Amino acid sequence: MNVWLLLICMGVVTYAIRLSMIGLIGRVNLPSVVQWALCLVPPAVLSAIIFPELLMPKGTLDLSFGNLRLLAGALAAAVAWRTRNVLLTIGVGMVALWVLQAVIPH
Amino acid sequence: MAVVDTNHDLKRSPRSEFVAGVRAELPILLGVVPFGMIYGVLAVSAGLSVGAAMAMSSIVFAGSAQFVGVQLIHAGAPGMVIVFTTFIVNLRHILYSASIAPYLAQLSRRWKWLLAYLLTDEAYAVTITRYNQESASAVKSVNRHWYLLGAGLAMWTTWQVSTAAGIFLGAQVPSSWSLDFTIALTFIALVVPALRDRPSVAAALSAGVIAVLAFGLPYKLGLIVAAISGMAVGLWVEARLLSTGRRREREDSR
Repeated sequence: MNVWLLLICMGVVTYAIRLSMIGLIGRVNLPSVVQWALCLVPPAVLSAIIFPELLMPKGTLDLSFGNLRLLAGALAAAVAWRTRNVLLTIGVGMVALWVLQAVIPH
Repeated sequence: MAVVDTNHDLKRSPRSEFVAGVRAELPILLGVVPFGMIYGVLAVSAGLSVGAAMAMSSIVFAGSAQFVGVQLIHAGAPGMVIVFTTFIVNLRHILYSASIAPYLAQLSRRWKWLLAYLLTDEAYAVTITRYNQESASAVKSVNRHWYLLGAGLAMWTTWQVSTAAGIFLGAQVPSSWSLDFTIALTFIALVVPALRDRPSVAAALSAGVIAVLAFGLPYKLGLIVAAISGMAVGLWVEARLLSTGRRREREDSR
């Protein structure tokens, strides 16, 4: 797909979702099962991206200590759990990866 | 004689509502600037042209969807898969749209169309807090849509400028810096603190494991399969918690 057509489709989809309830109807109560499902979207989607990034950085499953991204990611997850700070999590994870890359031959 | 009117219409001017919206948005924007810069760096290193990377920020205007989109473009996923993934990633905005809709119901179509475009996580968060506080104290400011406009435009301007800065820098950052890792780190930072109940933990773990198992599926479909299965598992856990809770209540009342 042409990149510009792709951008427009992504934009239309995003905008349609944001406009949905504002534009169509004034007062809508979503059924509670739909609300639950929507609350689960972020953890499900984001984890589906994170796990392969950490567990299979070269395309195959790698649970060894040679997998530096897994080590740095686990440390970042601990920081995120304790501090809930986005920037600190990114910073610690990135520095950890650089240090590991410098120390451990890969 | 002074009459205490509990259901008063506040005559805050559009200007004062707009400024209040911008002010409330400012602290959040401190975190948005580096986030936008990281997007810009990644978009360029993923192979997007400067024009396309900039255009994504104004056409899509959704941080996490842009990160995922750039990552999928880099991985060579087909367009339909990228569009459908964008849909799934942005589904949470239906909740925002539904909860803010009653406050915007009386507006003209043009206003609704404009404000829907500006309904990001960041603008929504400050605006819904304000609206809920107002309705709790029975205040009805007739110009309150200007508040959302102020918060939304502050966010929009910051996002465009910071992603442009990242795109400009991106061309000069060597790939040995492994900056693509910031995508996974950003998502870790967003998802981990939200794992505070069993259904969301179940959804996250099952989606993650299935994403690894389904990694080999063609067209990068593994992501969609994993996300939908994770949501299903989370819903199942939620339903089971509810039914055991109800059974316990019934036993307690006996």
